[in-house]
Amino acid sequence: MESIFSRYKSLLVLGVVLLVQLIALATQVHRPTVAAVADARTDGHHVRAVRYAVDIVVAPIEKLFTGMGHGARNLWRNYIYLRGVRRHDYDLQKELDQLRVQQMSLMADARQGQRLQKLLGFRQQYIYKTVVAQVIGTSGSDQSRVILIDKGSNDGLKTDMPVITPDGIVGKVRDVFPNTAQVLEMNDQTAGAGVILETTRIRGILRGNAAGQLQVIDLLPDDRIKPGERVLTSGGDLVYPRGLAVGDVQSIGPDKQHPPYIALTLRPAASLSQLEEVLVITETTGALAGAGDGDAQPSEDTAAGALPTAGTADGAPLRPVAPLHPDRFTPGTVPPAADLRPGAPKPEGR
Amino acid sequence: MNSMRARHENETTFHPVVLVATPILALILQAYVPHLFPQFVILDLPLLVVIYFAITLRGAIEGTIMGMLIGLVQDAQTGRPIGVNGMAKSIIGYAAASIGVRIDVENTVSRMLLTAVFTLANSVLIYTIERRLLGFETHWLWLYETVRIIANALVSVVVFWILDRLRRKG
Repeated sequence: MESIFSRYKSLLVLGVVLLVQLIALATQVHRPTVAAVADARTDGHHVRAVRYAVDIVVAPIEKLFTGMGHGARNLWRNYIYLRGVRRHDYDLQKELDQLRVQQMSLMADARQGQRLQKLLGFRQQYIYKTVVAQVIGTSGSDQSRVILIDKGSNDGLKTDMPVITPDGIVGKVRDVFPNTAQVLEMNDQTAGAGVILETTRIRGILRGNAAGQLQVIDLLPDDRIKPGERVLTSGGDLVYPRGLAVGDVQSIGPDKQHPPYIALTLRPAASLSQLEEVLVITETTGALAGAGDGDAQPSEDTAAGALPTAGTADGAPLRPVAPLHPDRFTPGTVPPAADLRPGAPKPEGR
Repeated sequence: MNSMRARHENETTFHPVVLVATPILALILQAYVPHLFPQFVILDLPLLVVIYFAITLRGAIEGTIMGMLIGLVQDAQTGRPIGVNGMAKSIIGYAAASIGVRIDVENTVSRMLLTAVFTLANSVLIYTIERRLLGFETHWLWLYETVRIIANALVSVVVFWILDRLRRKG
């Protein structure tokens, strides 16, 4: 008996090692029951502890590497390679002046849009607070598109917070540690988001594929969809705020796994493979900064100013003709839709 | 038989610091360098380290344990369940150590061939575990796997040469 054990000792060790890991894997696989769907992507405490233990060892060294890399790059860019900087500075200043003027106009439009949305009872989430984080590492594997950032729960980060760059969305926070966090990129196979095509307003589901590409799936064939069309977040997933750039359509093909649907392959708006800095959206709000409730009253001047106008030959705006016998179709005689309540008694005279 | 005896007489050992620091360095480089050069992700430095130490030390148990530990750390850095790489690299460590006893692993060509075979085996194991055990929608991309095998085999020559400098003859 002893000789058999010593003879197959290494094979037994392999068997035990595989069995232990197999059991560990089995405990991590969630059954797709309705109750578990919301929790399906989260790790158990023991798995989180293993990830955290590795993070404690790996993250400080990666931060050191990143710091050294940035130091060397800054030394080169800021003190040695300064050719053309003055010209570039002048060009940027000009561009900045133009953008300031443009921004003022856009802010006015945005506030007005918000007022109109409020009148229609439409809720929109605006990005209110972000945390800038530096990418310090990756998963190092092509099976998993995960990046490590240098901000964690100490900086206010929480699981499922959206991560973006000024160009477009990156992904969402997957695991948060005190000083670092793992971000699941949009092109990972387990990632997903609700999206909408900008011009055709067709909604779909964004997913990553095995090759690390972004795909919009669950779409019925539609001739209106053309390569180059921009794709934005729809806000329907309750993770990403509405209207963030995702990418543009690169190609359209059949969805081989779900016929007769089609799948759109996207060119990501953010450079997912070479990220240096990202923004984590830690707070969203229903109002733009500076647009208080007082501004929410409909302003005829601003509303009319932005809408397409029609006028008489002498330039005066068209006014509705006063009715001879006012009825329920006459403007102003019916209360606004926002004031109507289901089951409420009819107003008098109707 | 004579060659087996000669190899046993030339038992290779490493300083404990080398045995600990090399896998850690490989894991950190694997996580950090793709951030600068995304194409680097096609390489699997931790796998090369497992293969090297397993075929050089020729201990099946040591190869299995090292493969498991390195694989588990790799898994912890991904968003995937922990154990996929751990299982695959445990088997690779065991197999590499078993082969290291039987054939000449000092030759550059045989090392490249071994690395190519084990890279393919690693990919097949991970694919099987993810597809069959976990039910993930993974796809086998032949062209990509071929490039990965060639790239790892070529880089193994350099990595193994560097690690050879750290050996101590027993």
